Amino acid sequence: SRSSTKLTDSITGIFTKRKLDRALLDELEEALIAADLGPATAEKLTKALAKDRFDKEVTSDEVRRLFADEIAKLLDPVAKPLVITQKPHVVLVVGVNGSGKTTTIGKLARLYQGQGKRVMLAAGDTFRAAAVEQLKIWGERANVPVIARGEGADPAGLAFDALTEAKASDIDLLLIDTAGRLQNKAGLMEELAKIVRVIKKVDPSAPHDCLLVLDATVGQNAHSQVDIFKQICQVSGLVITKLDGSAKGGVLVALAERFGLPVVAIGVGEGQDDLKPFAAQEFARSLMDVA
Amino acid sequence: MFEKLSERLGGVLDKLTKRGQLSEADVDEALREVRVALLEADAALPVVKDFITAVRAEAVGEKVTKSVTPGQMVIKIVHDELVKVLKAQGNEAPGLDLTHTPPVPILMLGLQGSGKTTSTAKISRRFAEKQGKKVLMASLDTRRPAAQQQLAILGEQTGIKTLPIIPGEPPVAIAKRAMNTGRLEGYDIVMLDTAGRLAIDDELMAELAEVRDAVKPHESLLVADAMTGQDAVNTAKHFQDKIGITGIMLTRIDGDARGGAALSMRAVTGKPIKLLGTGEKLDAIEDFHADRVAGRILGMGDIVSLVERA
Ligand SMILES: Nc1nc2c(ncn2[C@@H]2O[C@H](COP(=O)(O)OP(=O)(O)OP(=O)(O)O)[C@@H](O)[C@H]2O)c(=O)[nH]1
Ligand SMILES: Nc1nc2c(ncn2[C@@H]2O[C@H](COP(=O)(O)OP(=O)(O)OP(=O)(O)O)[C@@H](O)[C@H]2O)c(=O)[nH]1
Ligand SMILES: [Mg+2]
Ligand SMILES: [Mg+2]
Repeated sequence: SRSSTKLTDSITGIFTKRKLDRALLDELEEALIAADLGPATAEKLTKALAKDRFDKEVTSDEVRRLFADEIAKLLDPVAKPLVITQKPHVVLVVGVNGSGKTTTIGKLARLYQGQGKRVMLAAGDTFRAAAVEQLKIWGERANVPVIARGEGADPAGLAFDALTEAKASDIDLLLIDTAGRLQNKAGLMEELAKIVRVIKKVDPSAPHDCLLVLDATVGQNAHSQVDIFKQICQVSGLVITKLDGSAKGGVLVALAERFGLPVVAIGVGEGQDDLKPFAAQEFARSLMDVA
Repeated sequence: MFEKLSERLGGVLDKLTKRGQLSEADVDEALREVRVALLEADAALPVVKDFITAVRAEAVGEKVTKSVTPGQMVIKIVHDELVKVLKAQGNEAPGLDLTHTPPVPILMLGLQGSGKTTSTAKISRRFAEKQGKKVLMASLDTRRPAAQQQLAILGEQTGIKTLPIIPGEPPVAIAKRAMNTGRLEGYDIVMLDTAGRLAIDDELMAELAEVRDAVKPHESLLVADAMTGQDAVNTAKHFQDKIGITGIMLTRIDGDARGGAALSMRAVTGKPIKLLGTGEKLDAIEDFHADRVAGRILGMGDIVSLVERA
């Protein structure tokens, strides 16, 4: 892939068995920045490497492996799948516009339906044109029911209805779609808070999970997204989508350090089976382009 | 967690207030902070490097006016250089060009979820309302569930005509039919919304190239998210190399991202940023203004006007 190729190039270019000095460390740090890890995390990782290896002879391959191992260690604690504990287990899916919420719900529906769970979807995006139709098609594909109202309906009311219906029809997993919203928009974030409040009227323990869907192409703004969504709806897990592209989602490394939120799944395509568990080592190796 | 550039530079340069000129050492120290600030704003590394080199050349030896600090002076130089890079050949707000025999084909392209469909409707509505243009919109997105329906609904909301949907019709055929309809029914502009695609997806990029060859778009607008990270350079370069773009529309500028991707994409493609998407509503579209985007990337705006007045 592109970003990792670039990363390899920059590291190979400077590491054909030579001394790890200041200049090399600077370039190495830049390679990590170019993978979206952010200046702070890149500096931290580079310093850790310098501590062990400064002035020693190193090769490109060795350095990449060391970084991959270090990153995998950081990510390992957050590689946790969704655990269904309640019945119905209510999952609220949130995130900025276009990050992949609706598609991810379609994939999750397919996954759990395939495992014999009774799944229901709630079309909580009553704002975007054809968002309801989009979710309905995903529901058909996974052969699960979709609770919907018309465009412009109150999303909190819809969520209330859906949970009531889920309880009545012996559903195991209720996945609630929401409209995309930018985290700096107070009004839209309040609308989300209201959805949570109203859900609690039906089941005080719900939502049992709130998944924040992040696009792998996102840069440092992911920090602000996690930070603010977490305050509004107690985000319990992340999903990183579009990892089939050239972006490798390196900001996740910094997010794992800062927030420690589980990464419950990754999106690797637009098809209904293009959802994979998050594997720390695989992700780290892909980021550092280690075979 | 992200310090403003002015705060960063304050610490470094305020102690130098008494000097009359920016020395090489002053400038180098300041530019280290500028570099980190730009990277935190998601400007891509290679682009940042070139940029820093250019600023350095401008800044060394520059006289520090009595009423401003060297830090403010550096910020002003950085800001001005940023505006220079962001601006298209000195053209403040280039917009979309319509000098072409009608119907003018305008192709919208970009990654999945970047805002193409919404932007298609926004642009169409703007042309219709501001310039009285007769606009036809067509969705070539036969892949994403309900994508064609999405554009049809936006058409109803804005009163802009959409090409009737024929289930199963492939994208290239839709594009040709849109152009034919545009010619036969006397439209001024035909807006072609395409499916989101990864720049590294060869099959879908080939399909897009086929559409391009069939309609010969007068404008091919890359629609990109202002929150994009370092990958902006790859994406922009790929779309530019494989399809050829005439400009960029930066969406979600209403968010709190610093938008360094604007600098990256402008620098690697050499194409102007033409429009900004400033919200989900269909009137949330604005012309690009380099100074505003520059101020956002640097995480400031006030300092510049302060230096300007000094
Ligand atoms: N390549 C790729 N595309 C994806 C992936 N996940 C989602 N997409 C695409 O990204 C685009 C946006 O996905 P949606 O699911 O509509 O995103 P959303 O967050 O629901 O968007 P809004 O509701 O408008 O905020 C669509 O074109 C999807 O097909 C993924 O893992 N890989
Ligand atoms: N806040 C904000 N949201 C926007 C802007 N432009 C588009 N959106 C939202 O972003 C999401 C995706 O927009 P679409 O127009 O469907 O994106 P697309 O590129 O057509 O997506 P695909 O066709 O799936 O690739 C929707 O929720 C839009 O409302 C903008 O400038 N600001
Ligand atoms: Mg959606
Ligand atoms: Mg679209």
